Amino acid sequence: MKIYAALSAVTLTALVATTSFAVEPDEMLANPVLEERARIISQDLKCVVCQNETIDESSAPLAQDMRRLVRQRILAGDSNQAVLDYMVDRYGDFVLLRPRVTGQTLLLWFGPFVLLLLGGLIVARYIRRPSITTVQALTPEELAEVEALTRDPNTGNEP
Amino acid sequence: MSDGTPKTNSGRLTAIAPILIALLLVAVFAKRLIDIQGGLDPNQVESVLLDTPVPEIDLLPLPGRGPGLTTKNLKGEVTVVNIWGSWCVACLSEHPLLMKVAAENTVPLHGIAWRDEPEASLRWLARNGDPYNLIGQDPISEAAIAFGVTGAPETFVVDPEGVIRYKHVGPITITDWAETIAPLVEQLRQ
Repeated sequence: MKIYAALSAVTLTALVATTSFAVEPDEMLANPVLEERARIISQDLKCVVCQNETIDESSAPLAQDMRRLVRQRILAGDSNQAVLDYMVDRYGDFVLLRPRVTGQTLLLWFGPFVLLLLGGLIVARYIRRPSITTVQALTPEELAEVEALTRDPNTGNEP
Repeated sequence: MSDGTPKTNSGRLTAIAPILIALLLVAVFAKRLIDIQGGLDPNQVESVLLDTPVPEIDLLPLPGRGPGLTTKNLKGEVTVVNIWGSWCVACLSEHPLLMKVAAENTVPLHGIAWRDEPEASLRWLARNGDPYNLIGQDPISEAAIAFGVTGAPETFVVDPEGVIRYKHVGPITITDWAETIAPLVEQLRQ
């Protein structure tokens, strides 16, 4: 039983450990509700020096400073959107991990669906195309040939 | 219809569409590749801060080295602001140029010591020369984020009204200075 308890403790620790975060304990806000908001905002912001990481998971010094700034803005009373806007004002849309829907990003957002629709239309057309094997009546010569082949050679009569 | 290839116009279009699409993609990728060969850096992002007022900053000086750097210092004349750090290897490569600019006294050059120990900044300047007029410390990237900096070195040209007119990412070369920055400084003075 003791072994079982120890094993489950180890498993649980491993499970918890897989969600990595770069947020250091001393960065966190005392208020858990505000801290949770900071985490959510941080997951939408790109680490501008590492590009494919959020500032929430990056250990780059600049990402750490951006996390600190996010928490500062929250404490100053900013809404989540206001904090994101604050960063966009300085870094442009580039800083957002999920690009906003603008004229420039329309193709990015809807291009795949347009392509899927086009592909679907082409496939539908292909499937609905009339079959090319049409039934034609046999010519009199062909009929005679069939008759000759199916006649029983022993009796001379049809089977 | 019996030979299986419909000879209608739309049928022909369907047949050559994949080739047309492939050619179009080749053209798009080829243009991008040629642009990159020609010096376009795909990682470089146009700053949204161009033609906007410099951010409010109030940075502490390096100990024993005159006053720090505030927004007030970036108004009244054309200035150049350079973000650097003693840890920044690329900053060394543009340093001789900055020293030359300072020696010629063409334009006030201010520094922001980004995420650096003040002692380390001072040691670096003692070793490599100090081209800066004013220097402000930016230990927790307050100014760096306000300027939308993504890496050191970065250099900004600010006009007399305190509006950012140019941003250069990465080390400045002699060509960058002679062909872009110096003419811009001259033009903004008028």
